[in-house]
Amino acid sequence: MKAFLRNRRALTGAGILIFFGLVALLAPVIAPYSPNDINFTPMLGVSAKHLLGTTPQGQDIFSQLVYGSRDSLEVGLITAAVIAVVQLFMGVFSGYAGGWVDGVLSSVTNIWLVLPGLVLLIVIISYVPNKGITTMIGVLAITGWAWGARVLRSQAIALRDRPFIEAARMSGESRLHIVLFNVVPNMFGVLVANFFGAALYAVLAEAGLDFLGLGNINQVSWGTMLYWAQSANAMLLGEWIYLLLPGLCILLLGTGLGLLNFAVDEVADPRLRRN
Amino acid sequence: MRYLARRIGLLLLTGWAALTFNFVLPRLMPGNPVETMLARYQGKLTPQAANALEVAFGLKTKQGELGQYFTYLGHTLTGHFGVSLTYFPEKVTTLIGQALPWTLGLVGFATVVAFFIGTAIGAVAAWHRGSALDGIMVPMGVMLSAMPVFWIGLLVLYVFAFKLGWFPVAGGGSGGQGLASISGFGAVISHATLPAITLTAVSLGGYIILMRNTTITVLSDDFVKFARAKGLPDRVIATRYAARNAILPSFTSFALALGFVVAGAIFIEYVFDYPGIAYLLYQAVISQDYPLEQGIFVVIILGVLLAVFISDLFYALLDPRIRVEGRS
Repeated sequence: MKAFLRNRRALTGAGILIFFGLVALLAPVIAPYSPNDINFTPMLGVSAKHLLGTTPQGQDIFSQLVYGSRDSLEVGLITAAVIAVVQLFMGVFSGYAGGWVDGVLSSVTNIWLVLPGLVLLIVIISYVPNKGITTMIGVLAITGWAWGARVLRSQAIALRDRPFIEAARMSGESRLHIVLFNVVPNMFGVLVANFFGAALYAVLAEAGLDFLGLGNINQVSWGTMLYWAQSANAMLLGEWIYLLLPGLCILLLGTGLGLLNFAVDEVADPRLRRN
Repeated sequence: MRYLARRIGLLLLTGWAALTFNFVLPRLMPGNPVETMLARYQGKLTPQAANALEVAFGLKTKQGELGQYFTYLGHTLTGHFGVSLTYFPEKVTTLIGQALPWTLGLVGFATVVAFFIGTAIGAVAAWHRGSALDGIMVPMGVMLSAMPVFWIGLLVLYVFAFKLGWFPVAGGGSGGQGLASISGFGAVISHATLPAITLTAVSLGGYIILMRNTTITVLSDDFVKFARAKGLPDRVIATRYAARNAILPSFTSFALALGFVVAGAIFIEYVFDYPGIAYLLYQAVISQDYPLEQGIFVVIILGVLLAVFISDLFYALLDPRIRVEGRS
């Protein structure tokens, strides 16, 4: 933990995440208007009344940006949590159990690993009639767990024959108990790094689907903002703020999650640590 | 040889899983999406075509699910993907055949170039660990892999095509047959420049980070210390000892990297109106052209599987341990 707090990349990442977390929590306080209010004059420039101007559809851009953080954070963090649970089973449990259980589970992981996630994602979502946030999280989790599961599996295999695990086995603890209370705490760093990696994947993939108009286009998110910007020809109209800022927010949040992923990895793996 | 056999096994198993997934998915969804789609296309399709679709998706057929499944497998393996609905009566295979070369060029270029440049940057950053260069490259790698591809595509398009007018705004340039002439070739290149560079740039990040971290791990290995003790020049240690070993994980994670490039290609082709297969997939999804969508899905998956298989062969070539293990 101390090493983590001394790591500049970790602090930057955490700072970014906390910043967006606060914006999302305090959205009603920060945003001057409702993000769905379409009663403003369209395409206003920057002014005191509209900090970042208005969209061609007559919404306040600043308010939309502020509320958009909610969607990205919600989808990113919840999806990452769901993925972590799946990986715990498909990766940690599989690696620890070994034998035919591991044979079957790791084959499934290897198959999922090779299938290109976004293509899978688009094809699944095209068949889903209701495109709410729950569906989105489910589909993202289904397509995004395999890589981390493989990493966790190799960690679990490395831990399996260590003396303290052996001791737990000798004392007659159940498999599930050993996995949760002996194996998991010893690979906590990798789990956390994986969590941020999964969150990054979810934020980017969701924004991408929203941008393509495959998500729920009536929901305010950074991805849908870009979708509407694109379909209103913001580029031809010279509305560059509308085009620039939602993407910048995605990039910033993504970089924060990526930095956390990298830094936790660095702190957890003694070989990557600076001596 | 055992390695090869296992790789071929995984290739076949994954291919089968993808085909099965493709068959099961539309039948799994509530409220039968295919029925809705057919209702929408009513009048546009000939009765024969509508009938063929109903049979293909298992709506009106006396065949059981299992029989349908085997018919589907047979049709897919012999390249019978049916007829597109939006481009009716164009065959799905024809449409895919027209679009595929564009995507192969784009994805192939980005994959190969990003691999070499990203790996080189990562190796140099690791060698000069803690230097200003490393200090810049790591956050840059992280940022590149956190980049929303579609957004950076939009910005590139806005600045270089729209504002500066250096490159064309949309399309692929000439209908493919123009490739034979010099001017046609030039048009294709000038249309491909922005998409290719953007896709390559966003694909770099993963390679930089991976190569840097594995090189750092390798540099602390005993054989590197030994090489130093022998008094070998840094250049030899960096290339023949460190990089030679650190490059291996870049091959084992090739599937992930390729998935990333393919995902990027979908956005890039969409933003740049590029006439490739990913753009075709997007159009098929938007217009609920399920036969076209299924055909493209199969082609993309098989293409990716084949590419991963080839990278596995390269891996065996580079890592003698794999070959020796296989022999015993």
